[in-house]
Amino acid sequence: MLPARFEYHRPETLEEALALLDQYAEDAKVLAGGMSFIPLMKLRFASPGHLVDINRIPELSGISESGGRLIVKAVTRDNDIAGSDLIRARYPAMATAAPLIADPIVRNMGTIGGSLAHADPAGDWGSVMLALGAGVVARSSGGERVIAIDDLFMSTFTTTLQANEILTEIRIPSPPSRSGGTYLKLERKVGDFATVGVAVALHLDNGHVGRAGIALTSVGPRNIQAREAEASLAGAEPTAPAFAEAARLAAQAAQPVSDLRGSAEYKRNVVEVFTRRGLARALELAQA
Amino acid sequence: MATDATEIRGLGHRVKRKEDDRFIRGKGTYVDDIKLPGMLHMAILRSPLAHAKINSIDTSRAAALPGVVAVVTGELLAEYNLAWMPTLSYDTQAVLATDKVRFQGQEVAAVVAEDPYTAKDALELIDVDYEPLEAIVSPQRALEADAPVIRDDKEGQTGNAIYHWEAGDKEATDKAFGEADVVVSLDTFYPRCHPAPLETCGCVADVNPATGQATIYMTSQAPHAHRTVFALVAGLPEENIRIVSPDIGGGFGNKVPIYPGYVAATAASLVLGRPVKWIEDRSENLISTGFARDFHMHGELALKRDGTMLGLRTHLLSDNGAFFADAQPSKFKAGLFHIVTGSYDLPAAHVAADGAYTNKAPGGVAYRCSFRVTEASYLIERLVQNAAYELGLDPAELRLKNFIKSDQFPYSSPTGFVYDSGDYHAAMNLALEKIGYDDLRKEQAEARAQGKLYGVGLASFTEVVGAGPHKDYDILGLKMFDSAELRIHPTGKAILKIGVQTQGQGHETTFAQIVAEELGIQPEDVLVQHGDTDNTPYGLGTYASRSTPTGGAATAMVSRKVREKARKIAAHLLEVSEEDVEFAHGSFSVKGAPDRAKTIGEVAFAAYTNFPDGMEPGLEDVHYYDPPNMTYPFGTYVVAVEVDPETGQWTVRRMVAVDDCGVRINPMIVEGQIHGGLTEGFGIAAMQLITFDEGGNCIGSNFIDYLIPTAWETPRFETHETVTPSPHHPIGAKGVGESATVGSPAAYVNAVIDALSHLGIRNIDMPLTKGKVWEAIQAAGGTSKEAGS
Amino acid sequence: MEITVTVNGTERTADVEPRLLLAHLLREVFGLTGTHIGCDTTNCGACVVLVDGTPVKSCTMFGVQADGRSVTTVEGLMSDGQLHPIQAAFKEEHGLQCGFCTPGMMLTAAALLDQNPSPTDDEVRWAISGSICRCTGYMNIVKAVQAAGRAAMAEQDEPADKPAAAS
Repeated sequence: MLPARFEYHRPETLEEALALLDQYAEDAKVLAGGMSFIPLMKLRFASPGHLVDINRIPELSGISESGGRLIVKAVTRDNDIAGSDLIRARYPAMATAAPLIADPIVRNMGTIGGSLAHADPAGDWGSVMLALGAGVVARSSGGERVIAIDDLFMSTFTTTLQANEILTEIRIPSPPSRSGGTYLKLERKVGDFATVGVAVALHLDNGHVGRAGIALTSVGPRNIQAREAEASLAGAEPTAPAFAEAARLAAQAAQPVSDLRGSAEYKRNVVEVFTRRGLARALELAQA
Repeated sequence: MATDATEIRGLGHRVKRKEDDRFIRGKGTYVDDIKLPGMLHMAILRSPLAHAKINSIDTSRAAALPGVVAVVTGELLAEYNLAWMPTLSYDTQAVLATDKVRFQGQEVAAVVAEDPYTAKDALELIDVDYEPLEAIVSPQRALEADAPVIRDDKEGQTGNAIYHWEAGDKEATDKAFGEADVVVSLDTFYPRCHPAPLETCGCVADVNPATGQATIYMTSQAPHAHRTVFALVAGLPEENIRIVSPDIGGGFGNKVPIYPGYVAATAASLVLGRPVKWIEDRSENLISTGFARDFHMHGELALKRDGTMLGLRTHLLSDNGAFFADAQPSKFKAGLFHIVTGSYDLPAAHVAADGAYTNKAPGGVAYRCSFRVTEASYLIERLVQNAAYELGLDPAELRLKNFIKSDQFPYSSPTGFVYDSGDYHAAMNLALEKIGYDDLRKEQAEARAQGKLYGVGLASFTEVVGAGPHKDYDILGLKMFDSAELRIHPTGKAILKIGVQTQGQGHETTFAQIVAEELGIQPEDVLVQHGDTDNTPYGLGTYASRSTPTGGAATAMVSRKVREKARKIAAHLLEVSEEDVEFAHGSFSVKGAPDRAKTIGEVAFAAYTNFPDGMEPGLEDVHYYDPPNMTYPFGTYVVAVEVDPETGQWTVRRMVAVDDCGVRINPMIVEGQIHGGLTEGFGIAAMQLITFDEGGNCIGSNFIDYLIPTAWETPRFETHETVTPSPHHPIGAKGVGESATVGSPAAYVNAVIDALSHLGIRNIDMPLTKGKVWEAIQAAGGTSKEAGS
Repeated sequence: MEITVTVNGTERTADVEPRLLLAHLLREVFGLTGTHIGCDTTNCGACVVLVDGTPVKSCTMFGVQADGRSVTTVEGLMSDGQLHPIQAAFKEEHGLQCGFCTPGMMLTAAALLDQNPSPTDDEVRWAISGSICRCTGYMNIVKAVQAAGRAAMAEQDEPADKPAAAS
């Protein structure tokens, strides 16, 4: 299939982009990497009348750390995140996840902001951001607001972003010392969406778990934060039985459906296995 | 690379491919690269429903779209008697649906427009009123008495049965089973998958309104046969039809059938007087073109307690889709499935096969299956593996015990094949040695003690290829010979025109090597032409690994004819009698006086400038080769896997492949064919699946869900060979294109089953997805008896 | 919409609909048919080209997005009539059969070798895992990429007046 007609706009500044969204509102769509959206257009599952290409707005890409947090601009490519020394050193959940997204060529174009705004429950970044307790900045011509990541995702392909808002940056709290994290993804082959993905982040406080973040990909109508599993670990000793219990709770939090990628029972099992393995890995990094 | 400058690079040489020069520069000419003046673009509207009556089709909105030149429906085609066309299996298939749609994705209408984007836009403007009917998605349901009749277009059709076919001796087999100590039984489903060559199907149909000549550029594995069928279907005189297969981006059997798109495009070009291009999307390719497999198989193997095989009985139920369009020799309704006795000296065997219509795309014989040999090989190798477990014998030992011995060839099988040559023991022993089989078994035992799941899987296959002798082999009546035409130019170079059709197998190099071997003209001096029906001798094309057995044989034979004439000319030049001339390494010399010689180049020049009195000038000939028998490549594959019990993920640790395809023309190309086939076998065993939900919706009709392995999933292969020439083939070669796809799925599956065999698991149907493997482990109670699930 | 794209070093202009895919811009408008289309879901990699040196699936980008940028297709791999080491290596190592995936594979490999001239087997397989080949089983593609890396490094080590790598 080939896409339907649309009008194309390539603003050079954020203000221009926001003005276009004010003008065309529901009939406009923001284009970042396009790796999720253009395939939908080709299948004619989406046919916006206007496409607002934000790839040439310089202030919308970059990685930096300041004020106790990592700031990743929305139009930062997956491969740039994967190749970032800063992220590899201090944000292992992100560093592990980035190379597992889609395939190496798609990652040259795909962006973290685009992924989050797309809100595919099979999106890997969503779970990583939930586990890290991130927030996003949404800009409109009227100003900006910060949205906690859990409040960004409403349902499948649905966020709380308004039609005239652009997600401009992602803010991840800088981890305290003695922290670790990882992302495990079961896929049928490279390039497939996750059958199951589990993002884990934790830090140690005096040898006990301070905060744990556990979030799940592809096992619900949106990325799922496994709150009970997280709560079971808060303040707990990082032992195998504690991790096993958290894993069990994470599996309970999952709402998988049976499909070609596997039965619901199988997916729940993988959530449990990956949560357990993920916690062990995160602990290993935290204790290193 | 240092080579002897005078060494003739014929058989056995790793000659670099001549065709690569254009491909590495991006200068190949695939069908979609062809642009003709005034060319229009066609897009096809396809049915969203699997089974439905068509109440009406309204094309007015589409026809009114600026840029649309015509909208074609079945009703329009019917005026030209083109709404239906014959299939390669003597059935009929709708070109564009008239009364009903019979599978999801079936062609309903075609838009012809000035550009492809407009054509796609117009598809959305065609309104079809469907009345849904029950969708039949299983052959079992299809054969029930109360199932709706899918092919109610055929007069007298009262059900959905297509054929019943048998081979072998039922009585002798029943008797053998009566004497068995053990009968091992297996029900297994070889699921529907799809060849999915990277280039989809398509054509540019160019009917010249002034001359009535039709040139059809087409993704065709069999241009001559297609031309004949086009002549019959379209009523165009055959001499006015020229089919050109340019470069083809992979075939694997997908480009053997004639598709409605080709016919609709040709009809459109005929009516509109302009060239019409039709190139299908990948989704169209997967949902509507020739799929593969879809066999529900039941097998029983009768053995003595000591492992001696006594008999084999098999039944298969074939899901053929909505039209019987198998591309296979017409005498054999289930292809060559009756090779199912495989490499074993089975005294008695019986095959029963039933085919049924369902509401799915038509096809079944494709994807490097050698006409269903893949399915047969899978069944027997899975049965033998399970028999080993049943009897407590090592799977390699059980095979070695029952292999046909090398001194039994030519071997008459209980289902009517005469195997030409083989040495199955040598291939097996080499494979076991190379993989270190005994060490793997030790390792497996140690791993099991630690709760780790290691498995070793074997498959020994015997293929039957090279269709085929005229007595038994034809497609739509066309006998399955092949041909070669060779001319030597005055300057000593040559042009070889062949009737087979490469889609990546390297014929431009390998066939030149055959000429080199016979005549001493280097491969780079032999231009190989194929694919244009105006310029090549009649052949049946390339599929089922037949090119080397038939076309390669024709090439050797025509080279020898040319050599015989060259000898006469050489005798004339050397002023001796013919009997005194001998030929070696491109040179004709006088017996006993070797420095009195003429090169093939000098002889070639003389054929035009200095030929003997009374001799016809020139140096060329043509040969049509009707093979006396099929050829029987064989081999043994061994796979070592590890299974992760927590996720069901299985990983190939090592894979050793020993292949015997007789004389190997170009070992580099042979290895490449094996790598490709082992990868396809892996994909089929692990992930490739086309399936349907209850409503007949096709799942797996795009590359998101139809999973082709990338370099990351694909195992690394260790390839080895034995060489057992074919005694009846002019150069002793057997063909190899499909061996690895035929033989390897069972090897991978046997490996995973072997890893789980101690849990009592005996079967998991392909594809062995992680989920299915995990579920099988759970159903068996987990990996340790104490573990709860 | 009028756009200007530098294709294989030459500035080309065209007036195109925004919805025209980059792959079609290259194939149909600029006549460079070496870039192929093998699927409709961004999976197969037959359409890979380099945009400003980075491999991109040209079937999932609009031609207008390449306005003002530089695109390298397979036709641009040769320079001064000499094959790029990756092209020579693909032929030498039998890294292609039907040739349909080959342009995308070679461009992806060329970009890899620019970053990592001596990749391991795993690194090559990872880098090309966005592309599908149906014919070769990848074994010889991996060999070709590694051989090209070695050849390119050897060329750099050799004095300038030695003949270039064999074509």
